[in-house]
Amino acid sequence: MAGVGSACLAIALLTALYAVAASIRGARTGRREWVTSGRRAMYCMAGLCVGAFVILEAAFLRSDFSYRLVAEGSSTDTPTFYKVTAVWATQDGSLLLWATLLSLFATAVLFLTRRSLRDIAPWATAVLGVVAAFFLCLMLGWENPFDTLAVAPQEGAGLNPLLRHPAMMIHPPMLYTGYVGFSIPFAFAIGALITRHTGADWIRATRRFALIAWTFLGAGIMLGALWSYTELGWGGYWAWDPVENASLMPWLVGTAFLHSIMVQEKRGMLKVWNASLICATFVLALLGTFLVRSGILDSIHAFGASTIGVQMLVFIACVIALSAGLIVARLPDLRSEAKLDSLLSREAFFLLNNLVLVGLCLVIMWGTFFPLISEALTGTEASVGPPWFDRLTTPLAIVLVLLTGIGPVLAWRRVTPRSMLRILRAPVTATGFAVVALLAFTDAAKSLPSLLMFSFVAFVLVVVAQEFWRGTRARRVMTGESWPRALARLTGRNRRRYGGFLAHAGIAVLFLGVAASSAFIQQRDVRLSPGDTVKVGDYKVTYERATAKLGGDSGGTGAPISLGAVMRVQRGGESYILRPSRNYYSTTDPSKGVISRFFDGEATSEVDVRWGLRRDFWLAVRPDLVSLEKPIARADRRFADSPGQVQAVVIQALTELYRQDPPPAAFRAIVSPLVTWIWIGGAIAVLGALVAAWPSPEARLRRVRSLYAARLGRELSRA
Amino acid sequence: MDPSRKRKIRLAAALAAAVCLASVLAYTSFSAASEAAKPSELREGHSYEVTGKVVDGSIARAGNELRFRIRDRDGSKSVPVTYTGSVPDPFREGREVIVSGELKRGMFVADRDSLVTKCPSKFTKQEQSS
Repeated sequence: MAGVGSACLAIALLTALYAVAASIRGARTGRREWVTSGRRAMYCMAGLCVGAFVILEAAFLRSDFSYRLVAEGSSTDTPTFYKVTAVWATQDGSLLLWATLLSLFATAVLFLTRRSLRDIAPWATAVLGVVAAFFLCLMLGWENPFDTLAVAPQEGAGLNPLLRHPAMMIHPPMLYTGYVGFSIPFAFAIGALITRHTGADWIRATRRFALIAWTFLGAGIMLGALWSYTELGWGGYWAWDPVENASLMPWLVGTAFLHSIMVQEKRGMLKVWNASLICATFVLALLGTFLVRSGILDSIHAFGASTIGVQMLVFIACVIALSAGLIVARLPDLRSEAKLDSLLSREAFFLLNNLVLVGLCLVIMWGTFFPLISEALTGTEASVGPPWFDRLTTPLAIVLVLLTGIGPVLAWRRVTPRSMLRILRAPVTATGFAVVALLAFTDAAKSLPSLLMFSFVAFVLVVVAQEFWRGTRARRVMTGESWPRALARLTGRNRRRYGGFLAHAGIAVLFLGVAASSAFIQQRDVRLSPGDTVKVGDYKVTYERATAKLGGDSGGTGAPISLGAVMRVQRGGESYILRPSRNYYSTTDPSKGVISRFFDGEATSEVDVRWGLRRDFWLAVRPDLVSLEKPIARADRRFADSPGQVQAVVIQALTELYRQDPPPAAFRAIVSPLVTWIWIGGAIAVLGALVAAWPSPEARLRRVRSLYAARLGRELSRA
Repeated sequence: MDPSRKRKIRLAAALAAAVCLASVLAYTSFSAASEAAKPSELREGHSYEVTGKVVDGSIARAGNELRFRIRDRDGSKSVPVTYTGSVPDPFREGREVIVSGELKRGMFVADRDSLVTKCPSKFTKQEQSS
């Protein structure tokens, strides 16, 4: 089957190249049949990519170790759930996922625009074809996921235990969907630039794709943060790691793009800016893919030196050069149709928010690439840590949240100071009360940035509530509907507007969680013996006893051994049990003894969290195996040649030894206030984006009417 | 004001803002950065971000402190490290780690929670070539 897979990729590459050639020929000669043929070639390529992907998935599912990829990234004892995801844990597999998602997105957008955008679409097809061809080339030339091994090993290496987490199963595809999704508006922007049709048509056609990409990328980043919080055992959700930054940068620029295209749609302004933003977003998305795989920056994610770094870099450089050159060449066609009337207008505030977002991206970019910058400038490689990022991004984030509240309530063109005052009176008053309450009842005054952030979050939430309230009330007056019905209708009829408000509220809530949990976190690292008690904030934590389990850890990750602790947590009258543990995965390292192999392999923290709306109590344990070292060494010698069952009994006895007489274990306990609101806010923002992206009934009706009109026109012209 | 002058002023303001941002970035990052170094290059009293391999058999715990030695990727000169805070899951003897801190009287005193472990080689491409 591996041969079939490779063949699929090779034919897909030829198909993509054909699609590029046919579309360009069709676009230049104006012969529709070539354009249609190019488009259909892209559909065909999507089918081939999906076919290849299915073949690879099947190989993983049946643990066919003759595939190099399966032998490296899976094993028979990897749970099925994680066999499926192991495909994109490997570099080759993730390239295939990229290409497959790209081909599916391209198919969707080309199908939807098959009767519109006749000038731009062929060029967009060509651009998408080139991108797909590049990724297919990478696979065929350097990282073929269908490589086979001459001798299939008995057992594979297994999926990296750190990746055995439900969030990790969906995090990479979500990120990739986001990255890939931004290639659609990019392709149409390039098409618009080439054909000089620089109006808002390409934006209208691809706005929804940009929004979907934004949603997926954002959700992917959130899932990554959640994974970090619950799996990595350090208790944080964001570490300013190069790869995290790499996913955040296109998201920030993409956010700026989603806002500034509205200015182009409504006012015909910011055309150069929009074209530049979408090119930048796409380049940053490629950069994100590249950073994970290149290993040029030290990162926990940099999965080893890659063989495709240079190729990616060359491709990125080409994309930058071509798109920048194209924008410069089309400057005369990108002139604004209107001027900024007033600084008190929605477009002015959108511009401001764009500058803040791009500024944030530049800051993060500088920090991420600082090791390279400093090496180039001073000759020594140096890096900046999270405190540097925190210090520079906090003020920008605070301004951003404030703009989130002001921007959407302003009118286009100009607002008189008086009407602005009228709109903002209630939110500002409410914010004032919120500040007083914060100062009176909480410790927020201890940290000025948090106080500002909390106030602005309150402001945004009141603004959004006020908008929903006013709209619903007006609708009720007009139609006499009940409150819930009026609210639902209002949102349904103005999806972009109210979906946007919802997304803003979600982002504000998210920042509430970030600000509170980073400024008021309480953390303790202690070593405890059974019976010991320690205080963390208002909490009393008691190490009751050790646990040891063989097989069947609670997370279903397939770890053979998990050692942990039963911890009683008390706060006021509240008392509950947490069971953090640590999973030990066996290694195949032949230098280790047969028994120590089970203890000296990978280990992952399985933290236990008591989730709460007001605060989380987070607990991780790191058992000390020092008391087992001697027995393990003895067992290594005595049971080296024993059958598996005997070894299993020995391991059982060893873990039992740990359970009965554990040496002091290291614990990390964290009290993190409001951290849950990060996930809730993220979910609200995603919901808002989905509302905004969902086609409204009117739009559907319009499309049906226009199709009908087009058919009528065709028949009339024939008659 | 005539439009061309207005445009010039706007351009100047934008450039000034960009220059300001750039200089803030440059200034803060160079002053906050810690130099990257190998264990054999450390000098007393400077703060570094050291990349090296954990020496086999050197890991020991003393209370909340973790002590180990790190050496150059390809070399044997090693430096003792004392570290507090969270230890990443993949931390092992022979693994490549990154840790920041300062060299004080021959002992590398690491910043709290600064230890980063590079992903285990079992899951990387290097294994193939070896």
